[in-house]
Amino acid sequence: MKFLDEYRDYGAVQQMAQAIRRSTTRPWTLMEVCGGQTHTIVKTGLQALLPEAITLVHGPGCPVCVTPVEMIDRAVAIARRPEVLLCSFGDMLRVPGSTQSLFDAKALGGDVRIVYSPLDALQLARSNPQREVVFFAVGFETTAPANAMAVWEADRAKIVNFSMLVSHVLVPPAMEAILSSPDCRVQAFLAAGHVCMVMGYEEYLPICQKYRVPIVVTGFEPLDLLEGVQMAVTQLESGHAEVENQYARAVRRSGNRPAQERIAEVFEVTRRTWRGIGEIPSSGLRLREAYRRFDAEKRFEVEVVHSEESSECIAGLVLQGLRKPYECPAFGTRCTPDTPLGAPMVSSEGACAAYFHFGRRKEDGNSILSTASASH
Amino acid sequence: MAILSCPLPRPATDRILLAHGGGGRLTQQLIESVFLPAFANPALESRHDGAVISGGGACLAMTTDTYVVDPLIFPGGTIGDLAVNGTVNDIAMCGARPLALSAGFLLEEGLSMETLRTVVAAMHEAARVAKVPIVTGDTKVVDKGKGDGLFLNTTGIGIVVAPKPVSPQSIRPGDAVLVSGDLGAHGIAILSVRGGLEFEGAVSSDTAPLWPAVEALFEAGIEVHCLRDLTRGGLSSALNEIASVARLRITVEEVLIPVSDVVRGACELLGLDPLYVANEGRFVAFVPESEADRALEILRSQTVSAGAVRAGMVHEDSSGIVTLRSRVGGNRVLDMLSGEQLPRIC
Repeated sequence: MKFLDEYRDYGAVQQMAQAIRRSTTRPWTLMEVCGGQTHTIVKTGLQALLPEAITLVHGPGCPVCVTPVEMIDRAVAIARRPEVLLCSFGDMLRVPGSTQSLFDAKALGGDVRIVYSPLDALQLARSNPQREVVFFAVGFETTAPANAMAVWEADRAKIVNFSMLVSHVLVPPAMEAILSSPDCRVQAFLAAGHVCMVMGYEEYLPICQKYRVPIVVTGFEPLDLLEGVQMAVTQLESGHAEVENQYARAVRRSGNRPAQERIAEVFEVTRRTWRGIGEIPSSGLRLREAYRRFDAEKRFEVEVVHSEESSECIAGLVLQGLRKPYECPAFGTRCTPDTPLGAPMVSSEGACAAYFHFGRRKEDGNSILSTASASH
Repeated sequence: MAILSCPLPRPATDRILLAHGGGGRLTQQLIESVFLPAFANPALESRHDGAVISGGGACLAMTTDTYVVDPLIFPGGTIGDLAVNGTVNDIAMCGARPLALSAGFLLEEGLSMETLRTVVAAMHEAARVAKVPIVTGDTKVVDKGKGDGLFLNTTGIGIVVAPKPVSPQSIRPGDAVLVSGDLGAHGIAILSVRGGLEFEGAVSSDTAPLWPAVEALFEAGIEVHCLRDLTRGGLSSALNEIASVARLRITVEEVLIPVSDVVRGACELLGLDPLYVANEGRFVAFVPESEADRALEILRSQTVSAGAVRAGMVHEDSSGIVTLRSRVGGNRVLDMLSGEQLPRIC
């Protein structure tokens, strides 16, 4: 399949891995920002192809993982209202809130549906004029243009039974929060390619300069990720810190201007709480005043009891790259994808679920996988 | 769960969730925690697609399956042929020749007669192709709103022709893992007409009776150790169930597992893994390595398994896990599906 097979080619991948081994003389710690990148790394076993000196830590770029528990509680409460049809992306439905996930709300009679696009939610509003259709909008800059578009279109077409529960977050402030943490051990970033496809990468230049950290805009296929690692390692080894673009087939320096304009028209920057990390200033989006009537938080006054994050679940540390999932005492025992304690165990993009599914468990990871490779 | 300080735990599920029917880990937990303790007996505990029972000097296979598909009519099939083929296939996976089927109809008030006729005609045709009569049946009608148009149950019996037990316990280290064709077509065909995904027509369900392929293996005297059709949960879940019952490790090579470009493309777009997507006309066969080439040749001579390949191998290792060597040369554990396979956000 064009645009996929060439980036999954065995020979090309092995060659790139060899180039990385040649370039690496010292230990380096790199963070891939996006959960989609984590998914590829773990699913294709890329870490095993890298020299031991290179540690990949997994970043906060998993939308369902960082959505605060209060927001999920709010979505559940809205979904339980009889007049409401609540829809969101698939992953989001399984994330546990304080007491229930959206799937639980569905089992208890709430009308909760999976959609593939916020415009599908808008279509549901059109075809169910007697219902209140609420779209639970989560995600980074990647999903923001389509969500902005849906609100803009609802406004234009005067669709009154549509609203949006907005929990949007932004990547660069989170990268800065990680870098400014005293425990930070990230020496270079593989920035999220699809976020940059929308936003470009000019906003990374000041971060790169301020913290002297290489930032390589990186794609999602195995060869993309290895090339991103190679570019970052080359910078680190030579003492450089620049913003580079590995994902040039999709990302332009200034990004997608019409998409940015639509986001800016509908949303404004606000502070947001990140699940497991805490509040980060100017790190999220909310509806602008002119579109506030589409805000589900305003339309449905639901009471949500504030919940503290757990001391047992180390999701926050995992999301900041300070711990590996298997370093959590609950990993694989009290916390599994069927009974998640924290959100990273839910989504396939969540680091904990990726480790669980693809067998990178502390006790069996290496031994099993090395025998497996020896047998072929 | 009450002892945890974490405010997040999902309460131990005190209600049925959709994922309990997804064929993955929660389904297994439901079977283990509710059904097995209540109904315990040796035939049930073999945990195969059907039970093998002896009576009156004959060795019979028996299986039952209930079909709930939305939509009732989809590209490449209907709930009717699905219900006939599915049960015929579960019988075949026991190494048995299908003998007869029953059909139970649960109809919702208001269902169009034309839809029912279409479904019944499809059942008739599938039964004719599979050479198995539908010999008894039942009909119930429920109030509007209490059913989804039409639910269908089929039960089948068959005569075991396999000279040795065909079951997970029979697989041996060194066995070859044969996959009967390209994966994922049924699940993607269903998704393609659900919820406005709008790539209708690009892919058809693979629903088909597997007995001709299985019969050919037995007629040629192949020593078949285990058979499993790759329905809910797909290849990954089937291999995991077999590996864990057999207490052996199964390895597969991603590059050898056939997936059509259309299915791959749809899975890429939707964030699904074709190894977990349902099939209704595909199975996996475990045979001794020494017979693998001949078995493949026989499978490839049958229409339903013309795309058969050797995809992996069984290893001595009591871990009971499945590992996959990825296209780019990395290794990972291929786990059982947890809950429903959900599309990713971005």
